[in-house]
Amino acid sequence: MKVGSTLNIALRALRRNKMRSVLTALGIIIGVAAVIAMVGIGNGAKAQVEAQIASLGQNVILIFSGSTTSSGIRTGWGGAGTLKIEDAEAIRREVPGVAAVSEEVVSTTQVAAGNQNWFTRIYGESADYLDIRQWPLSDGAPFTAQDVRSANKVCIIGRTTASQIYGNDDPVGQILRIKNVPFTVTGILTPKGLSTQGVDQDDVVIMPFTSAMKRVVGGTTLRNINVQIGDGRQIAAAQQQIISLLRQRHNIRAGRDDDFTVRNQQEIADAATATTAVMTVLLGSIAGVSLVVGGIGIMNIMLVSVTERTREIGTRMAMGAHGSDILMQFLIEAVTLSSVGGVIGIVFGIGASQILSSYAHWPTLISLSSIIVAFMFSAAVGIFFGFYPARKAAALDPIEALRYE
Amino acid sequence: MKNGEVVKLIDVYKTYHTGDVDVHAVRGVSLEIQRGEFVALMGASGSGKSTLMNIVGCLDRPTSGRYVLDDADVSALDRDQLADIRNHKLGFVFQSFNLLPRTSARENVELPLLYGAHRLTNAQLREKADAVLASVGLAGREDHHPSQLSGGQQQRVAIARALVNDPEVVLADEPTGNLDSRTSVEIMGIFQQLNERDITIIMVTHEQDIAAYARRNVVMRDGRILKDFNVTQRFDATAELGKIAPIDSEL
Ligand SMILES: Nc1ncnc2c1ncn2[C@@H]1O[C@H](COP(=O)(O)OP(=O)(O)O)[C@@H](O)[C@H]1O
Ligand SMILES: [Mg+2]
Repeated sequence: MKVGSTLNIALRALRRNKMRSVLTALGIIIGVAAVIAMVGIGNGAKAQVEAQIASLGQNVILIFSGSTTSSGIRTGWGGAGTLKIEDAEAIRREVPGVAAVSEEVVSTTQVAAGNQNWFTRIYGESADYLDIRQWPLSDGAPFTAQDVRSANKVCIIGRTTASQIYGNDDPVGQILRIKNVPFTVTGILTPKGLSTQGVDQDDVVIMPFTSAMKRVVGGTTLRNINVQIGDGRQIAAAQQQIISLLRQRHNIRAGRDDDFTVRNQQEIADAATATTAVMTVLLGSIAGVSLVVGGIGIMNIMLVSVTERTREIGTRMAMGAHGSDILMQFLIEAVTLSSVGGVIGIVFGIGASQILSSYAHWPTLISLSSIIVAFMFSAAVGIFFGFYPARKAAALDPIEALRYE
Repeated sequence: MKNGEVVKLIDVYKTYHTGDVDVHAVRGVSLEIQRGEFVALMGASGSGKSTLMNIVGCLDRPTSGRYVLDDADVSALDRDQLADIRNHKLGFVFQSFNLLPRTSARENVELPLLYGAHRLTNAQLREKADAVLASVGLAGREDHHPSQLSGGQQQRVAIARALVNDPEVVLADEPTGNLDSRTSVEIMGIFQQLNERDITIIMVTHEQDIAAYARRNVVMRDGRILKDFNVTQRFDATAELGKIAPIDSEL
């Protein structure tokens, strides 16, 4: 009934103790800012992982050499090679619904041109690779199926590799020496930037897998096979058929484990985003603890304030304040501290995330929902931690409060 | 202006239960105070003056007996009803002023208005507060904080606060207890002026020469009324102030 007046009274009381109000709100400011920034970091990481997994291509099945542990983590990355070129060809030939296949080998080595050299990653792939990854060239032309068949000495390179070796010169048509073998650069990839693990995805050389196996990597086995399925609804069926085809080709008897691992994109995405979701929750709860500590700070100050202002409360009651007016006053004081602190904290949290993104290059993503939740939570902290002191104030006896020294 | 009695106590008792012993602070007081009176409640320390004032001020309820304030029986009202009565009908002046610290004189005076039934705009609050402050001689000090005011000025702010809601009765428990003698006389001067405007004043004091500014003295002893008489040789604050040598020219 006297909400306007009570608000007025509470705001006047807060203004009387500016320094204390600011310091009390500081606990909430820091708590909310931490929650906003931490959840922003977690969500940013999640969004980046999702984007990266989407960049694997549409409807992709990955087949790796080596078996898996029960937790789904592969042992021996690129280790014991069990996948053969013929396996890839069999998949291409026999599994229905397959749209494209890319045999993959990977190596790291020194590359050079003129007097410049650079240590980079070499990917051997089929001509379909760039289509599967949906990774266009920014300049030049891709290598062809004919280049793959003939194991031609051609390659395409990422932006980082290009600038390290050729500086500002146009690399297309230039010679790149890889393990002393001269390769012709036919194209440059569009830049992708850092991966979630902080790997520069543009620091790469991609060439026909045949050329890579013959001249760079050596060996006769593939690290993995990328398979693209034309129709997303056929992925599960295709996955099953790939497994039985490879088991048959590798002569694996019933009951024995696969010597390869098949994962579709959804499974990889689920595993990766589960990790970042856990991270988001973890970061958010750690920050949430500081918000609760901020709330306890409010309760502490409000309790001190009630004791210190006992005479004031008695005076207000003598002037006609109801217990409920006093309760509301202290509650509004607490909620004002916490929600104003919350708003400032949100601004600081957004600022902190922006600084982390631009200076530390951490991806951050601040959603409207996290802002709303943070604000509601800070207001709730004020109500929760303000209620006890406010009720204590409201229950005071006016005569005793007036006599309080 | 209404006539007749504004405060009517009928056989009022107040007993405090502390541990095993009962303290009979007020034992059978009957008292009638007419509108426009200026009463000084006197007596030794512990005689029950404050206890009686708390009952008259609706801060406390009698253990037994009836209290009729402004023709309404308030003996059995609950906490919130008593708070409303205090807001509408009573004004309080305390020994230790009880002003809100770090708060301007104006905002201190606005306080009872904030708890009133009528919502006033900030401009209306300000207008009322400034008018009452001017009536107690504090025009121009509206923005001063208590720490920037002398004791006498602080007590005048408190009087302005007591007056702002046009109360039926102004209650003052030892209003000069924290003031020097000259300032005490000044405050009595303000009370006498208010009383000239037909405002009812009930004041507790244990000092004979302060009680002499009132029209009527009620003396208590052991929770009972010992004497009740009209002051025959009444002090006039203006005249008394003239007699006191102006010690500091500051005022
Ligand atoms: N809240 C209380 N609890 C117990 N005893 C009280 C309380 N308030 C006052 N008393 C007692 O009541 C008696 C009257 O007190 P009071 O009205 O304050 O006297 P006065 O104001 O005349 O000095 C005293 O004996 C005092 O100790
Ligand atoms: Mg007393």
